[in-house]
Amino acid sequence: MPEVNMAQALNLTLDHVLSTHTDTVILGEDVGRTGGVFRVTDGLQAKHGSERVVDTPVAESGIVGAAFGMAISGLRPIAEIQFLGFFYPAYDQVVSHVSRIRHRSRHRFTAPLVIRIPYGAGIGAAEHHSESTEALFAHTPGLKVVVPSDPADAAGLLLTAVEDPDPVIFLEPIRSYRRLQGEVASPPEPVPFGQAARRRQGSDVTLVAYGAMVPDALEAAEALAEDGHEADVIDLRTLVPLDLDTVLESVTRTGRAVIVQEGHRTCGFAAELAASIQEEALYSLQAPVQRVTGWDTVVPLRRAEHHYVPSADRIAAAARHALKGG
Amino acid sequence: MLEILQPDGSLAADAAAPLDDEETRLLFAALVAARAYDRKGTALQKQGRLATYASFEGQEAAQIGAAAALQPADWLVATYRDAAAMWFHGYPWMNLFLGRTGDERGGSPPMGVNVLPPSITVGAHMIHAVGLAWGERLQSRDRVAMTMFGDGATSEGDFHEAMNFAGVYQLPVVFLCQNNHYAISLPRAEQTASETIAQKADAYGFPGVQVDGNDLFAVHSAAQPATARARSGGGPTLIEAVTYRMAPHTTADDPGRYRDSNETEAWKERDPIARVRRYLESRGSWDDDRQAELETSAADDVEAAIAAAEDLEPLGPAEVFSAMFAEMTPQLVRQQQALMRYRDA
Ligand SMILES: Cc1ncc(C[n+]2csc(CCOP(=O)(O)OP(=O)(O)O)c2C)c(N)n1
Repeated sequence: MPEVNMAQALNLTLDHVLSTHTDTVILGEDVGRTGGVFRVTDGLQAKHGSERVVDTPVAESGIVGAAFGMAISGLRPIAEIQFLGFFYPAYDQVVSHVSRIRHRSRHRFTAPLVIRIPYGAGIGAAEHHSESTEALFAHTPGLKVVVPSDPADAAGLLLTAVEDPDPVIFLEPIRSYRRLQGEVASPPEPVPFGQAARRRQGSDVTLVAYGAMVPDALEAAEALAEDGHEADVIDLRTLVPLDLDTVLESVTRTGRAVIVQEGHRTCGFAAELAASIQEEALYSLQAPVQRVTGWDTVVPLRRAEHHYVPSADRIAAAARHALKGG
Repeated sequence: MLEILQPDGSLAADAAAPLDDEETRLLFAALVAARAYDRKGTALQKQGRLATYASFEGQEAAQIGAAAALQPADWLVATYRDAAAMWFHGYPWMNLFLGRTGDERGGSPPMGVNVLPPSITVGAHMIHAVGLAWGERLQSRDRVAMTMFGDGATSEGDFHEAMNFAGVYQLPVVFLCQNNHYAISLPRAEQTASETIAQKADAYGFPGVQVDGNDLFAVHSAAQPATARARSGGGPTLIEAVTYRMAPHTTADDPGRYRDSNETEAWKERDPIARVRRYLESRGSWDDDRQAELETSAADDVEAAIAAAEDLEPLGPAEVFSAMFAEMTPQLVRQQQALMRYRDA
């Protein structure tokens, strides 16, 4: 199997679904001629035509609203929003329509669409290019929320997303597009939603992460191992649906949980997990649940960004705190 | 399309220059300064000293010709590509560079400069100019708000809301669209089925005019009456300045994927700065010595600005929290303390 990076893994998966699922259409800004600003759709318009890989006007609400209509009409649109910070004009479409149509029509109308969105900080990009507001989506009933951490998962989860009967927000960690290489099956194999992956086995402390934070959690686990502490590292893969069982099984064994999230702290996904852990596993805990998060600030620009983004070192420090009993 | 100053530096038949030689020299100096800044921006980005940089080469006359129609207290609300106009209206080069190095203080021009930090999200800012104009009118001040944006921005819903409000309330706003033919890779013809962008004003009940955006005189001839009319209660205007983005969209872009380099070459002939120089030279109002002097002083100003920006210490960890609210909330204080404790440990 060839080694590819995440951008390539997504590209070959999109190529695959365009070939095998004739009801798919890709639409977004600059996805055709240029193959997207991260080249995730590179070559797809040339191969599959401009009817199926569509360069749209600059209009996010238009892209998502139109994809919604296409989905109801019987297609499986795969919309791309250029950066998460540019998603918000489409937010009303998602909150008020995409996420609700199944419920408000009691299954009569459905919207099986995928919205792919690059997210996250760490590359010193311009303002609005570093958002990590996945909690907004997880908080919106009716949306599935997927955040892959490596090339194979990106491919497998995207395939599942396309085949899913409901709307899926597919968040791609910008920092990981070219950071990691991995093997991807050809054709890609689906990775089911709602099954977290254990990335490292340990019994002293549980580190829970997703997306761009997984490599940092693994690096923190390496550092902890040097001190003689073995961390169990759980990669959530999908926030909705959430594999709480795997998290609880781990925390029940280790008695200590550190949850890592790049997004803002207040009402972030880590808060949701911490609450769930205490509801279901409080008496197994030997230390308070720790959160390592971004802050309740705008993501700082390039020269001060490092003060914001959780690092392996910050994760390890929180784990050591938990290991001492909090 | 209104055209006055032709690429060869002569005036179009029956056209008159809207500016005298001294005024023209002043604006010409601004065009040259803007290009010096812009070239430096691209070079600094290549050296890793700036984050992505969006060049405005080719659009200098559209920006400065329009901004020159503003009075000092008027508002300018523009984008990541409009540094020339922002600078002309008082926003220091230093702040513009500082923002591009990745420092929020770039967004804080000196008091009295009525220019908002550049909008990075496409389309959201035009309605802010509408609100500024409205607010000024409600406070009985006769200030005008000008907003600049690209052809791509006219596809965002917010553009239409801004145009509609401006028309409904007859607000003192000038909408200046720089149609530079591309929104990243999307050509203008695929952005809108309208024949011109100027004609969109019809739908909102106010005038729209199309001008040669590489023609300083044409842009100014449209902008000057538009601001005057706005100021006297005559309502908004949409100006479409037809121009061309000579450089990639940003330093991260590869135009070879979507446009033919012959097209770009052809637009070099229509350079907005060269034609003003030819015009001034033909009138005996400019020469090589003056040009050399101007270029040296523009380069010096730009060097001083980047040096001042880079000399500033980056914001520290405590400062990341301190500009979210007038007063930090207890949650922010806790987070700030947590970060400081971690750093001290
Ligand atoms: C809301 C939003 N969507 C997408 C982007 C990404 N983006 C940045 S510039 C740009 C094209 C804008 O084209 P245009 O308005 O013509 O201005 P130009 O860049 O040509 O000056 C896009 C799509 C953005 N910044 N904001």
